[in-house]
Amino acid sequence: MNSVHDMGGMHGMGRVEIEKNEPVFHSGWEARVHALNLACGYHRKWNIDVGRHSRERIPPAEYLAATYYEKWLRGLEMLLIENGLVTAKELQTGRAESKAGGALRASEVTSFLRVRRLARMDDDVPAKFRSGDRVLTHNDHPVGHTRLPRYARGKRGVIDRDHGVFIFPDTHAMTRDKKPQHCYSVRFAARELWGHQASARDSVYLDLWDDHLDPA
Amino acid sequence: MSDHHDDEHAHEHDRPLSGPALRAKALESLLVEKGLVDPKALDELIDTYETKVGPRNGARIVARAWVDPAYKKRLLEDATAAIAEFGFIGRQGEDMVVLENTPEVRNVVVCTLCSCYPWPVLGLPPVWYKSAPYRSRAVIDPRGVLKELGSEVPENVEVRVWDSTAELRYLVLPERPEGTEGWSEDELAAIVTRDAMIGVARVKLPRRSKR
Repeated sequence: MNSVHDMGGMHGMGRVEIEKNEPVFHSGWEARVHALNLACGYHRKWNIDVGRHSRERIPPAEYLAATYYEKWLRGLEMLLIENGLVTAKELQTGRAESKAGGALRASEVTSFLRVRRLARMDDDVPAKFRSGDRVLTHNDHPVGHTRLPRYARGKRGVIDRDHGVFIFPDTHAMTRDKKPQHCYSVRFAARELWGHQASARDSVYLDLWDDHLDPA
Repeated sequence: MSDHHDDEHAHEHDRPLSGPALRAKALESLLVEKGLVDPKALDELIDTYETKVGPRNGARIVARAWVDPAYKKRLLEDATAAIAEFGFIGRQGEDMVVLENTPEVRNVVVCTLCSCYPWPVLGLPPVWYKSAPYRSRAVIDPRGVLKELGSEVPENVEVRVWDSTAELRYLVLPERPEGTEGWSEDELAAIVTRDAMIGVARVKLPRRSKR
C-alpha cells in the first residue's frame, strides 16, 4: 500500500540523530510492548508479514506522530482483535470475558527465541532469473502489503544473487498464501532510481521476488 | 542497562501512568487475565534483549574475520552458518548476509519499509535506525547521511546501500583499521561499534590507543 511507512526517498524528515549510549528501551512500557509482541506471536495466529501490514495500516498522520513502540502497541491491538485472541469490547473495558491459555512460559523463552522461523522454503520452484540477468520491476500499486517500495517500481536493475526460494510476503500478509518463489538481491544504479543528482558510482540493492520482476 | 533507564522505571512507579504506558499496562493485564501471556515470560524476554543479545555479538564475528582468513571466507560465502558457529542464531537472524567493506566499496544497511535488523548479532535497533530521517534518506542521499554522521565517503569510493526488503539480514564487515597489527581478537572486538556494522561509521582507533 502507498502509505507513509514506504519512506525511501522522501524529503523533509530532518537530520539523522544518533543518541550516545542509547539504552535498549527508553522506558519500562517500551520493553513490555516489545515482549508482548513476541509473547503474543507465540500463539501463531498471524505471521510476520501480517504483523508488518498491521503497522502499515496505522493512519498516516498517526504513524508519523507515533514513536516506534507506540506503533507496535497499536499494531498489536489490531492483530489481537482481527485474529480473535481479544474482542474489541475486552480491549475497551480491560475485562476478560473468556479465558484462553497456552501462554509462553518463562522457561520456554530461550528455546522460543532460538527457533529459526524460516521464510526460506524447501519447495522445488524453478528460478526465473540468474545472476547477471537484467530485470524490470513491476509498476504496481497494490492497496495491500508489498515489499517492493515505490522508489523501485518500474525500474531497471540487474540480478546480483539468487537467495533461493522464500515465502512471498505480498500474498502471505493478505491471504496467508506462501506462494513460494525465488528471492533475489537486485542491484539498481543510484541514477536509475534518483537521476543525475546521484553519484554514477553508487547503487542500491533490494531483495525482490519473481512476482516483482520481468525480464528487461 | 544505564542509570537513565533505571530512573525511568523509578519515575513510572512514582507518578500515574499516561498515554502509551497506561495502554500497554491495560493490555498486559487483560492478556494475563485471559491466560494468553505469562508476565514472567515477558520479564525473561526483556532480560534477553537488555543483557544477552547486542552488538558485542557482532563485534566478535568481525574480530574473528579480521584475524582468521579461513573464517572470513566462510563468513562471506555462508554467513548464516559462520555466525551460527558462535551460537548466534534465532529470531531476526534466520538468513544472514555479510557485506565486506574495502578501500573501494562502502556498504550501508537500511530498512526503508519498517525496521528489519539482525537481532542475534546486533540486538534491537537503535531509535535513529528506525526513524523517518534515516529510512527516507539512506537510499536517496547516502553520502549526505554519512557526511552528516562524520563518516564522509570520498568521491572515488563506491557506496552500496542495502534495503532490507526480505527475510535476509545484513551485517557489514568493516575495514580493520591500520595500527592494529598484532592485536588479539578480544582487543579488536572491543573497538568494533554497532554503527560500523550497520555501515554508517568506520572502525577507528580509540584516542590514546595504546594497548
